Amino acid sequence: MSSSSVVSLIKVKQNPKRKKNTKNALPSPIQNFPRKFHLFYQSPTLKNLPNAKFHQITLNNQTPKSLSLHKSQMSGPSLMDSLFQRTLEDLIKGLRQQLIGEQAFISKALEEIRKEIKSTDLSTKSTALLKLCYLSNLHFHDMSFAAFHALEVLSSPRFSHKKIAYHAISLSFHDSTPVLLLITNHLRKDLTSTNEFEVSLSLQCLSRIANVDLARDLTPEVFTLLSSNKLYVRKRAVAVVLRVFEKYPDSVRVCFKRLVENLENYDPQILSAVVGVFSELACKDPRSYLPLAPEFYKILVDSKSNWISIKVLKIFAKLAPLEPRLANRVVEPICDLMRKTGAKSLLFECVRTVVTSFSEYESAVRLAVEKIREFLVDEDPNLKYLGLHALSIVASKHLWVVSENKEVLIKSLSDPDPNIKIESLRLVMAMVSEHNVAEISKVLVNYALKSDPLFCNEILGSILSTCSRNVYEIIVDFDWYVSLLGEMSRIPHCQMGEEIENQFIDIGLRVKDVRPELVRVARDLLIDPALLGNSFLHRVLSAAAWVSGEYVEFSRNPLEFMEALLQPRTSLLPPSIMAIYIQSAFKVLVFCLHTCFVRGGSTAGVSASASYESFDDLSVENGADSTVAHGQTCTSAPITNESIVNLLKLVELALSPLLGSHDVEVQERARNLLGFVDLIKLEALNSSGQEENDSERKGVEATKIIRLVHDAFSKELGPVSLTAQGKVPVPDGLTLNENLGDLETICGDIELPSSNTFSFGYPSEEKDVSSFSNLQIKEDSGQLNESTSLLAEHRKRHGLYYLPSGKSEVISNDYPPANDPALQGDNNDNASDLVKLTAESLVPKRKPNHSKPRPVVVKLDEVDEKPVAVKQLESRDDSLSGAVRDILFGSEDILPTSSRSNLPNSNRKGKKKQHMITQVESKENVVDDGNSSSRRRKDHSHGKERRHRKKNAEERNETDRKEKESSSNHPRRHKSRQRAEEPLKVPPQTSVIPDFLL
Amino acid sequence: MIHFVLLISRQGKVRLTKWYSPYSQKERTKVIRELGGVILNRGPKLCNFVDWRGFKVVYKRYASLYFCMCIDQDDNELEVLEIIHHFVEILDRYFGSVCELDLIFNFHKAYYILDELLLAGELQESSKKTVARLIAAQDSLVETAKEQASSISNIIAQATK
Repeated sequence: MSSSSVVSLIKVKQNPKRKKNTKNALPSPIQNFPRKFHLFYQSPTLKNLPNAKFHQITLNNQTPKSLSLHKSQMSGPSLMDSLFQRTLEDLIKGLRQQLIGEQAFISKALEEIRKEIKSTDLSTKSTALLKLCYLSNLHFHDMSFAAFHALEVLSSPRFSHKKIAYHAISLSFHDSTPVLLLITNHLRKDLTSTNEFEVSLSLQCLSRIANVDLARDLTPEVFTLLSSNKLYVRKRAVAVVLRVFEKYPDSVRVCFKRLVENLENYDPQILSAVVGVFSELACKDPRSYLPLAPEFYKILVDSKSNWISIKVLKIFAKLAPLEPRLANRVVEPICDLMRKTGAKSLLFECVRTVVTSFSEYESAVRLAVEKIREFLVDEDPNLKYLGLHALSIVASKHLWVVSENKEVLIKSLSDPDPNIKIESLRLVMAMVSEHNVAEISKVLVNYALKSDPLFCNEILGSILSTCSRNVYEIIVDFDWYVSLLGEMSRIPHCQMGEEIENQFIDIGLRVKDVRPELVRVARDLLIDPALLGNSFLHRVLSAAAWVSGEYVEFSRNPLEFMEALLQPRTSLLPPSIMAIYIQSAFKVLVFCLHTCFVRGGSTAGVSASASYESFDDLSVENGADSTVAHGQTCTSAPITNESIVNLLKLVELALSPLLGSHDVEVQERARNLLGFVDLIKLEALNSSGQEENDSERKGVEATKIIRLVHDAFSKELGPVSLTAQGKVPVPDGLTLNENLGDLETICGDIELPSSNTFSFGYPSEEKDVSSFSNLQIKEDSGQLNESTSLLAEHRKRHGLYYLPSGKSEVISNDYPPANDPALQGDNNDNASDLVKLTAESLVPKRKPNHSKPRPVVVKLDEVDEKPVAVKQLESRDDSLSGAVRDILFGSEDILPTSSRSNLPNSNRKGKKKQHMITQVESKENVVDDGNSSSRRRKDHSHGKERRHRKKNAEERNETDRKEKESSSNHPRRHKSRQRAEEPLKVPPQTSVIPDFLL
Repeated sequence: MIHFVLLISRQGKVRLTKWYSPYSQKERTKVIRELGGVILNRGPKLCNFVDWRGFKVVYKRYASLYFCMCIDQDDNELEVLEIIHHFVEILDRYFGSVCELDLIFNFHKAYYILDELLLAGELQESSKKTVARLIAAQDSLVETAKEQASSISNIIAQATK
């Protein structure tokens, strides 16, 4: 306690010195002094002291009790408040001393500020406001409650108060601040102030908080300032004009001309500000500013300041693509600049301008590429990064530049800077074509093995996305690609499981020929028990499991699959994937049984393969392939009765614990499989135990079941387009509810599909699952029908749920088979056979989808969102550029007036009409781009029309002014035109310009 | 244009924020948290540019402070680096070998200097001398106002002795 009172004592002495006090505060402190001494020297307790507040301020560790005391006793702001108010410095110091209770300290300070800010004394108020700014700005506390107080401070005659108030306002005000309406007059007063700093403050504030109303109401003031003779004010006004234009496009009518006049100012600061404004404006709608090209050209050639040159280059980067003749003229000075300049920033801007907008000019591009190379080999990582960045801009048009710098790129893949690495990775990926994809991928995978997890996944991601682009456009050798996928999933840091999973399944569905290799890769993945421990790989494993089940006929040894799918470590998998494992095990089991009993048991090899084919929808074209695969099945892994018995035992052993699983999906599937095994087991055991003849007889029933189930599985799946749903016409009489809640009551009995946690993203698979489970149920209840009819029946019964699958059939009919050639490379030769196939089989949906974009959801989202934002922007810019065009293209009669009378409605009607005209104009511009002379004529006539309309409406004295202005401007203008056009020497180009210059 | 300016200390404390585009208070906090995480974690000798939500953030470290400016994709990064350096030099000149503490205790003054340098997200004044002169002129304006007040508080201060 003693030490802290010493601290407070010191503060007593310091405080008054810092205080700014008003006159009315004078008498009372003196009166109060005895009390204060009393406080410190006689009564250290806080009780009953009117000045408890003081204590509270200086003693950081004061108790809550005294806080409440102070609240009750100091209800209104008193003189003591203002005298012993904490300054900003006190606040900051206090905050810095707080190691733990910072939040408490701040809320206490806020409490004080709330009180102080109500004070009638402006000094107290402004200090409070400043403190609040501090807290709001650096500690993010809401300061909207002080909006009105800030306005009050703003009305102070003192500069220091104004400064604080403006600071607070530009910090905290936004479009929906309620008191925004009240600020207009304050701003107007300060904009017309004689003190240039006050003008500057209010301009600054306007630039930040301007909304439509403010911009409209203050346009005349800003307009006046645009030609202020104080350079300091003028340049600030120029910068602010941009904001005013954005908010209130009609102000262009008033201010644009003066803005353009400032382009000819000789003061570099003003020039820099104007050029800055135009470079921002030109970003949004470059075409409107083409007529000003001569001015910009002059600045580009004459400018000594790099700041200005950079901005002008930005403007030309936007203008040049619109007007080839302009590009012709400008490219040489830019190259000169590139050769001469020592400033890297300017050099880079030149390079960027050339590669973005002058890419047809071979020599310029070569020069730029030379400079890029210098950047690339520079020590400075910034230059290196920018070099790579520039390279990626060139890449779209001149790929040779990239491959020329291949070594540098590969080297920068191991740069310490992640940004550089990613940039060079992008460039490397830009080089990928179908010829070098294998080799580049190999290099990259090696890099991925060595690099940190983040970048490793970056690499893998970009390989995956590049290769899958446009439905695997660049992949020729799918066997290689599938094994690459397998390899990638084994990389330790790999977290791209989901993408690899999707591609595994996608390729499996789309590319028939790769299936044997796919199955081999899947086997390698499934069999490795180590992979089960990596949670990122689970998705890949689920795909592998699905592949193994779906395409088991290609496997050399299905029994091996069974063991892999049922190995003990599968307990590490999440339930959803576990369920897929069980399901796949079911498929494999059925296949084994089928080969053993139905095919192997009934007849010898040849006919067996034939029957197999008919089941399998695979066909003539695949005949050669499948016999090979088939031969393998038979030779490498003969499935005997013994092995089947072992298999059944294995299944029972592995799955019986899962009957108690908490996950519904797993439990149900396990039960299904075990139920099936139960059905089969007896027969299988019997057949193994007895004579062959016996088994043939008794196995009949089992064979029937096996055949049935095998039939159900043998239906092949195809990918479904993401947009498929939209193509289904809504059937008559079907009411679509927005809320699917009702569906629950209808589909209550079909739990499986609705709660389906299957991780595959394809609707068709869900169909498969549900149809299968349904089969199971029916089978258990002993109804033995044709499996296909079962399927159909189920579809009839739950037609509502089947909507997607019904639709996919509709689509398949819609798509002409002509789309098939989208398959490439080695698949092309199969295409014609496939057409036949698809015509007769039930799986025609697979091929047509080749022409569809791959459903990479992330990308789609981005594409969807962007246009919306752009649209909004455009709509606003339209009005702005429309106004600019009005001014630039021949409507010189609309002269700026300082009086507000030209703003209101009478003018606006006219404006709307003009707007329409300009829109027509702009359309014409697009159509006959080169034919600018005809455009000029039209503009002229528009101008005349407008002149007539306007003249009466405009004020009389304006004509005087116009004359004055034009006489003062004309000589200089004229000169500038000559100077600028001389080098241009392009007749059509110049014909556009006089329109404006006259 | 420059969308915002941030000064973040190495410990992640915010020393100055200036927003030229509209950001709500919530967005501001989020932006700072996000960028602080990205920038403070970057090692030395890496490049000074970060891609961030379709914008570019140019940052540079001076002693314990990171100066960050967020710009559009097609703005010139090197130019912004120069602006940052410019700002630092002006601060240095004004405070006399500036340190973080100067900015902490004169946080409003740092703002006033920045306001002279940048306006509406564009460079306003490229001459250090001019900025120094303008700031000095405004300071003297503030001082004369203060003097009137302090004459009173002088009396009080003497009375307290």
